[in-house]
Amino acid sequence: MTCGAGIIMFDDFFIHALFAGISLAIIVGPLGCLIIWRKMAFFGDTLAHAALLGIALAILIDISSLVGVPLVTLASCIALMIAKRTPSLSSDTILAILAHSTLALGLVLISLTGGRSLDVNGLLFGDILAVDTTDLLVIYAGGGAILAIIIWQWRRLIAATLSPEIAEAEGLSPQRAEWLFMMLIALVVSIAVKLVGVLLITALMIIPAAAARRLVSSPEMMAGLASLLGVIGVIAGLYGSAEFDIPSGPAIILAGGLLLLGLSFVPRRLTANANVRPHTHQDEVGHDAK
Amino acid sequence: MTREPNGLITLENAGVRRDSRWLVRGIDLRMRAGEIVTIIGPNRAGKSTTAQLVVGTLRASEGRVQRQTGLRVGYVPQKLHIDPALPMRVNRLLDLTAMVSVEAKRRALDAVGILHLGDAFVQDLSGGEFQRALLARAMVRQPNLLVLDEPVQGVDFASEVMLYNLIKQIRDTTGCGVLMISHDLHIVMADTDTVLCLNGHICCSGSPDSVVSNPEYLRLFGAHDTAGLAVYQHDHDPYPSSRWYGSACRRVNQHGLPA
Ligand SMILES: Nc1ncnc2c1ncn2[C@@H]1O[C@H](COP(=O)(O)OP(=O)(O)O)[C@@H](O)[C@H]1O
Ligand SMILES: [Mg+2]
Repeated sequence: MTCGAGIIMFDDFFIHALFAGISLAIIVGPLGCLIIWRKMAFFGDTLAHAALLGIALAILIDISSLVGVPLVTLASCIALMIAKRTPSLSSDTILAILAHSTLALGLVLISLTGGRSLDVNGLLFGDILAVDTTDLLVIYAGGGAILAIIIWQWRRLIAATLSPEIAEAEGLSPQRAEWLFMMLIALVVSIAVKLVGVLLITALMIIPAAAARRLVSSPEMMAGLASLLGVIGVIAGLYGSAEFDIPSGPAIILAGGLLLLGLSFVPRRLTANANVRPHTHQDEVGHDAK
Repeated sequence: MTREPNGLITLENAGVRRDSRWLVRGIDLRMRAGEIVTIIGPNRAGKSTTAQLVVGTLRASEGRVQRQTGLRVGYVPQKLHIDPALPMRVNRLLDLTAMVSVEAKRRALDAVGILHLGDAFVQDLSGGEFQRALLARAMVRQPNLLVLDEPVQGVDFASEVMLYNLIKQIRDTTGCGVLMISHDLHIVMADTDTVLCLNGHICCSGSPDSVVSNPEYLRLFGAHDTAGLAVYQHDHDPYPSSRWYGSACRRVNQHGLPA
């Protein structure tokens, strides 16, 4: 970036980047929360590596990465579900194997393309300023669909996260919730890889959710605030990247990180998370027994 | 198989096997609407496994499990850990699996005696309060079948009686079936219709009275712990008439078969 910040702000690519980033932040808010609650941050990383393989594959066999990337990430979900039936290996181990074999295969395929039309830096850290109108449409359509599914299936997702046993017993299949969760993450990663790159996707998803946790008192509130904080992070990051001429992907993550740090100093009594439990613990032992 | 008119669930010779070991085997259980069935048995007897067969979180490795179509289950599992990363107030816990009106939540919390804790975080509750919250959650959705796995664990003795009364009252007013797993071998809730004594298999079953006088039962579980029982009765129980006392059910050998 060589021109001044004032000019950049009104350029198309900056506006595109802003809209793309904001849309993405809104979707990943609730998904980031689910990742935190389910302790599946490493799963996001694995899919990001799979996305790299998807990009390499798309270039090699000359198909659109809009098809290639979701194909590979979804296939990785299926591979993971099958591998999880092997009780002798922990899912942590299985994820590590999957993440690094897809990464290795992706790197091999990239070398086979001979560097043809490939920006490795963009792959690793994303290039949100390269978003064009087609990308933007994909983000709107895909993101809108993902958000609609999240809202529609929210009760099932929360129930399955809190207690798969209760969910199953009371007719909300936790298996279906798990599949859904994995598919949604796979699709979001496929969208996000172009914007923030392989290495930063997980951070993009979990930092706003983690920043929201201390301030909220319900899962819904946490999901909403995570989206809002994500949006603030994107805006601050993009303006910061223009202002200080730094790469946009890392700037967005950094802005989110600073936000998290700042919010961690908010006193608990000022948050919705303030302890509402009555101090005088009344012991109603025996009151109702007759 | 003949279907009973108000049969909620039927287990026929059901068994669960893990790693070539039978956790439970040969379970026959028939539950009708309005019926209270209590399962007793020592630790690791397979009580929770049987409850999981009933609610459907475990599949039977052999035998049959048949549920009434549209059966609405309310389940209190034996163990539940809620991750601190999940912000969850008691009021939100109550509509975990189905939408519930504010008024219904209030009534349920009032019934279990924790109306003042609706806005408390579940992670801040004491063991007994948490059990009450779980019971309120299971009953607020007006189930046809309540499955309660040690619902009064961590609850003090007098409150235990109150919760048992509440469960009976729910049964009386809604006509739901109740499958109750007792955390205490010595105590079976008053108004239990059927007692199932479990130890890897069903040792004996029937009405509380018939079970105590069952020769099989006496041969397996009699004689032990009678001293303990006497102490119990004299020192702690203010409501002797409302209870039925069994004695300890012991695992006889490692295969869980009667010696
Ligand atoms: N998921 C599992 N895999 C293997 N064994 C299990 C599992 N869950 C329980 N068990 C075993 O099944 C047996 C019965 O357990 P359980 O039903 O919890 O007994 P109870 O509730 O009567 O204490 C125990 O020996 C326990 O170790
Ligand atoms: Mg148990």
